[in-house]
Amino acid sequence: MTEEIIIAGFGGQGVLSMGKIMAYSAVMQNMEVSWMPAYGPEMRGGTANVTVIISSERISSPIIRHFDTAIILNQQSLDKFEPSIKPGGVLIYDGNGITRHPERKDISVYRVDAAEEAGRMNMSKVFNMIVLGGFIKVRPVIKLEYVIQGLKKSLPERYHSLIPLNEKALIRGEEIIHEVQKSKN
Amino acid sequence: MEKELRLMKGNEAIAEAAIRAGADGYFSYPITPQSEILEYLMEANPFERTGMVVLQAESEIAAINMVYGGAGCGKKVMTSSSSPGISLKQEGISYIAGAELPCLIVNVARGGPGLGTIQPAQSDYFQSVKGGGHGDYHLIVLAPASVQEMADFVELGFDLAFKYRNPVLILSDGAIGQMMEKVYLKPQKQRSTELLEWATTGKGKREERNIITSLDLDPDGQEDFNHRLQAKYAEIQKNEVRYEEFQCDDADYLLVAYGTSARVCQKSVQIAREHGIKAGLLRPITLFPFPSVRIKELGERVKGILSVEMSCGQMVEDVMLAVGCKVPVKHFGRMGGIVTTPDEVVEQLKTIFSGGK
Repeated sequence: MTEEIIIAGFGGQGVLSMGKIMAYSAVMQNMEVSWMPAYGPEMRGGTANVTVIISSERISSPIIRHFDTAIILNQQSLDKFEPSIKPGGVLIYDGNGITRHPERKDISVYRVDAAEEAGRMNMSKVFNMIVLGGFIKVRPVIKLEYVIQGLKKSLPERYHSLIPLNEKALIRGEEIIHEVQKSKN
Repeated sequence: MEKELRLMKGNEAIAEAAIRAGADGYFSYPITPQSEILEYLMEANPFERTGMVVLQAESEIAAINMVYGGAGCGKKVMTSSSSPGISLKQEGISYIAGAELPCLIVNVARGGPGLGTIQPAQSDYFQSVKGGGHGDYHLIVLAPASVQEMADFVELGFDLAFKYRNPVLILSDGAIGQMMEKVYLKPQKQRSTELLEWATTGKGKREERNIITSLDLDPDGQEDFNHRLQAKYAEIQKNEVRYEEFQCDDADYLLVAYGTSARVCQKSVQIAREHGIKAGLLRPITLFPFPSVRIKELGERVKGILSVEMSCGQMVEDVMLAVGCKVPVKHFGRMGGIVTTPDEVVEQLKTIFSGGK
């Protein structure tokens, strides 16, 4: 089993940390993992993205151009990465600020309006956990219990009091993600 | 003691491994994409844990000269930088090689020349293996291809540096520095308190005080010294060649790649084999000494060799020197901070050795 994932959005949306928690969760599940960020100027104000590969085998190239799953959090990233999803792959996106919605028919598309939900629940800080909750619902390569373990491992102890809030956000993400289209592939 | 499992960036792994290897000092000046090494060590405050000194110097040149001083005292000292900063350190590195002192230097390389870019590149190969500074000298050059090797090569690097009293360079790049992977960390080693025979640690019971210098104005003496250095490099070439092979046994085409490119090429080998092309990969782990003998052997069995580097073609010259004219040797690489993709390498393999299906 190998899942090749790109997460992309604005710098500050928690793109890199979502990838990191995903990676930690995979480690907790005793899987191989690589986390490869686009670093540098892309992070500052512009778009941020990270490639996460989760696999039951040793990972060869951490740098790839085609993905099984794309998690997209803004329009620029949708424009950039929609063409990079493998046929039959999965696109998960937040509709907030999206003016041109996904157009490919050979991929499965899911929508998780996490920004809106985070605003409604007054927990904007765990916006990315709502998205991650959506991901684990549609691509159960990592399980919720391991995400919680991953959070415990990746967060400094002083933030462990925030874990229940994160768990709530993850569960909310699982609830609100919905299918827009099934792959015609 | 059990090894500890962590998820870390390559840069962080180097930093933690340095503390655990019992390093005495780290001197450095920040530069992307390796600043996490200095940041991690500052935050970890190893002085409290082991007595290891961590210092942000006023410049790269100051940092390498602090390393020179620490190494002269027989201490396990290291510095790190990225390509433009490593260029600044070259004078000091030549002096350290000339004074035959052990130290560890880390280059988390980025694209050049000049200030270039902050994205990963492998265009510092010549600088790393053919000198870099002035004079006839070599560094022992280790090329990690994973976060695990970033950690492991710190201790290995120190061991080799002290075994041969020679500077060791870890030649990495921005991709491995920034990437996070699983890493098993070794338990903490005690810092050594041994006073080394050659080090400048006070006269003690010696008849003469030790003097460390790279200066000898007598040409005969200087030539003798150079012969000794060359004999040492020959010994290193005999003993310390390291490489890894991936599906080379039945390969018709051989990829040669190190570091990040080797990771990419491992996937290229899988893809090529799915397309019916029997490709294999030889990954040099030491770039000096270079695995020339093994490449020569494989060169006698394969139909073509492709050297894949994130440069315009530097290591390819050493591959050519190894195989002579027996088999076509070609280069493929991307530059300027662009990392080659596995598919691109397979396409190149098909195009360059066309008819070779």
